[in-house]
Amino acid sequence: MTLNFLKKSQKGTIISINADNVPLKLIEMGCLPGNIVEVLQIAPLSDPIYIKVNDSFLSIRKDLAKEIEVELI
Amino acid sequence: MKQLKVALIGNPNVGKTSVFNALTGLNQHVGNYPGVTVERKIGTATLAKDTKAHIIDLPGVYSVNPNSKDEEIALNAIFDASNKDFPDVIVVVAEVENLKRNLLLFTQVKDLGFPTILALNMADQMEKKGISIDVPALEKALDTKIVLISARKKEGINDLKQAVLNYSNYNTNGVFDLKSIDEHYFTILQHLYPNQNPYKVWLTQTGVFQFEQLSPVVSSSSTVQKSETELKKLQHRETIKRYQFINEVLKDTYRIDTSKATDIRMKFDRILTHKFWGYIIFFFVLLLIYGSIFELAAFPMDFVDGLFADLSAWTSANLPEGKLTELLADGVIPGLGGVLMFVPQIAILFFLISILEETGYMSRVVFIMDRIMKPFGLSGKSVVPLVSGTACAIPAIMSARNIENPKERLITMLVTPFTTCSARIPVYIIIISLIIPKTYILGFVPLQAFVMTMMYVLGFLAALLSGLVLSKIIKADRKSFFVIEMPTYKAPILKNVFLNMYEKVVSYVVGAGKIILALSVILWFLGSHGPSDTFGNAEEMVAEKQMNERLTEEQLASEIAGYQLEHSYIGIIGRTIEPVFRPLGYDWKISIAVLTSFAAREVFVGNLATLYNLGEEAAEDETKIIDRMANEKRADGTPVYTFATGISLLLFYAFAMQCLSTVGVTKKETNSWKWTFVQLAFMTAVAYVAALIAYQLLK
Repeated sequence: MTLNFLKKSQKGTIISINADNVPLKLIEMGCLPGNIVEVLQIAPLSDPIYIKVNDSFLSIRKDLAKEIEVELI
Repeated sequence: MKQLKVALIGNPNVGKTSVFNALTGLNQHVGNYPGVTVERKIGTATLAKDTKAHIIDLPGVYSVNPNSKDEEIALNAIFDASNKDFPDVIVVVAEVENLKRNLLLFTQVKDLGFPTILALNMADQMEKKGISIDVPALEKALDTKIVLISARKKEGINDLKQAVLNYSNYNTNGVFDLKSIDEHYFTILQHLYPNQNPYKVWLTQTGVFQFEQLSPVVSSSSTVQKSETELKKLQHRETIKRYQFINEVLKDTYRIDTSKATDIRMKFDRILTHKFWGYIIFFFVLLLIYGSIFELAAFPMDFVDGLFADLSAWTSANLPEGKLTELLADGVIPGLGGVLMFVPQIAILFFLISILEETGYMSRVVFIMDRIMKPFGLSGKSVVPLVSGTACAIPAIMSARNIENPKERLITMLVTPFTTCSARIPVYIIIISLIIPKTYILGFVPLQAFVMTMMYVLGFLAALLSGLVLSKIIKADRKSFFVIEMPTYKAPILKNVFLNMYEKVVSYVVGAGKIILALSVILWFLGSHGPSDTFGNAEEMVAEKQMNERLTEEQLASEIAGYQLEHSYIGIIGRTIEPVFRPLGYDWKISIAVLTSFAAREVFVGNLATLYNLGEEAAEDETKIIDRMANEKRADGTPVYTFATGISLLLFYAFAMQCLSTVGVTKKETNSWKWTFVQLAFMTAVAYVAALIAYQLLK
C-alpha cells in the first residue's frame, strides 16, 4: 500500500520511493527506504498529512504520499 | 585589520538566525540579490582585536542541492569562487536534537573542500532532552572542529569566534566516500578528472553548479553520460548512503531519548491542528493581528501624521517664500510623512508574525489552511497577508515574505491589494450613504451596513479568483513540492523578534520609501502646478467670474482652490481622459478625484470637496459633502450621483490599485517592475470593466 492510505497513528516501513516523482528534498529530510514512518495527524480536509520519519516531523500533501510504498506495521 | 569571510549555513529552525544575531548584533544588513526576491543577509563581527569577520547568513536549507531558483542563487556564494561572499571558512549550524538530518548538510559542505566548523546549537537543552554526545569521538569521525553553543543563552559564542579565527588549522578533506554510491561510475569520473575535488565533479554532472576550473583530461566519453532519471536515482542513492555513513558515525557518539520532547509536541498539536479548535484558535490569532494593526497602530499613525502636518506648516511659515520652500513644505515633507505613516503597522505586524514563526505555530497554520488555499494558487500562509490587507496592503504585501514557494508568494503579493483596506472605508461610506437607502432587509439588517459588508466579501473574492487566474498564467521556475517541516514548539527569542521587526522597517523605509517619496512628489507637482495663463491667474479668473456675487473671504479661497485643482496638470489630465471615464458614468470632476486619489484612497473625498468649492472646513464634514454631491447635476439637469454611478464608483474603488505606496512596496518586494506593472494593469482593467458593466446595465 502507499503512504496516503495510512490512517492516523498507523505506522509503516518504507519499502520504495518513486524516484521520478519524489523530490530529492523529501529523501534528504529522512524519508528513506527501510525507515519507519508514522502518521501523526491528518489535516481537517483530509489533506495534507503530518508524519514522523527518521526523527523528522514533516507535512506533505497526499499526492506526494501516493508515491511512497509502505508496509503496515 | 584582517578581514575573514565566514558563511553560516544550516537547516531551517536550528537557530541559525540566533547565532547570526549573537555574532553581529545590529551590525547587519539585508539586501536583495539582483533580479530575485531572495534576501542577502550579511553582517560583521569582531573576532579579535585585529580581526573582523564578514558574515553571510545563507537561507535555511536541508542540502546543497537547491530546491528553488532562490536557493540556487543564495548557494552560489559557496559554489562560485568569484562570488563576493565566497567564504574562507564555513560554519554549519546544527541543533543537538535532530543531529542526523543536520549532518547530511554538514557532510556535503565538508566535501566541497572548505575548512568547516560544526556549531551544535541548543547545547543547554541536552540534559533536559535526554541527549548525550561524545564530542571528541564525533570530531574525529567527522574530521572537523565542533563547538557547543547556546545562542539563546549566549553560551559558546566566544568559543565559536575562536574556532573561526583558527580556521587555517582545519583540513579541507572530504568526509564521505562517493565511490560507495556507485563504484564503477565514480571511478570513471575520477579518471576523467584527476586531482579534482570529486564532489565538485559530481555536482557538475548533476547540474547543480558548473564548477569552472573543471575540465576532463580526455574529451568526455559516452560512458559518463547519464540520463536525467539515472542521475536522479544516483542522487537518491547518494542521500541514502550519506545517511548510512552518518548513522554509523552517530551509533557510538550520540544518544537521544525522544519520548519526552514528542509528548509536549503532541499535546500542542492535538489542539492547534484540531479540525474544530484549530480553526477557532487561528481565527482569534487573526483577530489579534487585525486588531493590532487596525486599532493599536492608529495612535502612532495619527502622531506621525500630525507631526508631519505641523512640520510642513512650520516650514512654509518660516522659510523664505519660493518654489523650493513649496517643494519642501508641500511635496517632500508630506511625502516623507506618507512613507513613515506605515511604519507602526509594519512594526506591529512583523512583531506578531515573528512570534508566530519563532514559536513554530506558523507551520501548523499552513497545515490546516493548505487544502483551502491550494485551489487558488495560494499557500496556507497567504491567509496572514490577505487578512492584514484589510487593514493596509503595505505591511500585508511585505508579510508574504514568509511564503517559501516563489510562485505562491508572487501570487499572494499580486492579489493582496484586492482586499478592502482601511483607506477605502471613507470612500465607501460616502458613496453608500448617497445611493443606498436607509432601509432594513427582513426588517432588522440595515441595508447600508449589509452593502458595506458585501464590499469586504467582494474584496476577498476578487483576491481569491485573481489567484486562480494568475496560477494558471504564471509559470513555476521548476516543479515545486509541498514538503514542510513541523518544527518543535519553542518560546520566542525576543532579540530575534525585535531584530526582525527592525530589519523589516529599515528595508521598507530605505527600499520602498524612496519610490513612494518620488511618486508622491511627482503627484504633488502635477496637482499643484498648471499652465500659467489659467492656473497662474486663478485668483483674477475667479474674482472676475464672481464679480457680481458677494463672497466671503473663505468662500473666495475655496473657489480659487477648486479652480486651481481644475486647471492644474492633473486637472487637465482628468478632463482630457474624461471620455475614458464617461462610459462608467463619471464627469470630469469625478475623473480628477479618481486620478488624484491614487496618492492615497482617502484623498478622494477631500479632493471632491475642493472641486465642489466646499472649503477646508466642509471637507471634514461628511454630511455637507454628501448633500453637495446629492445636488450635483449634469449639463442636462439629471443628477450625477445616480444609483448606477454610485455602484460603478464602488466597484471601481473595490478593484483598482489602492495607492502608489502599494506600487512602491510591490516593486520592492517582487524586485521587478514587470510584476509591478502587471499588477497595476490587471487591477485597473478589472476595476474598469466591472464599473463599465455595472453602469451600463444599471443606468
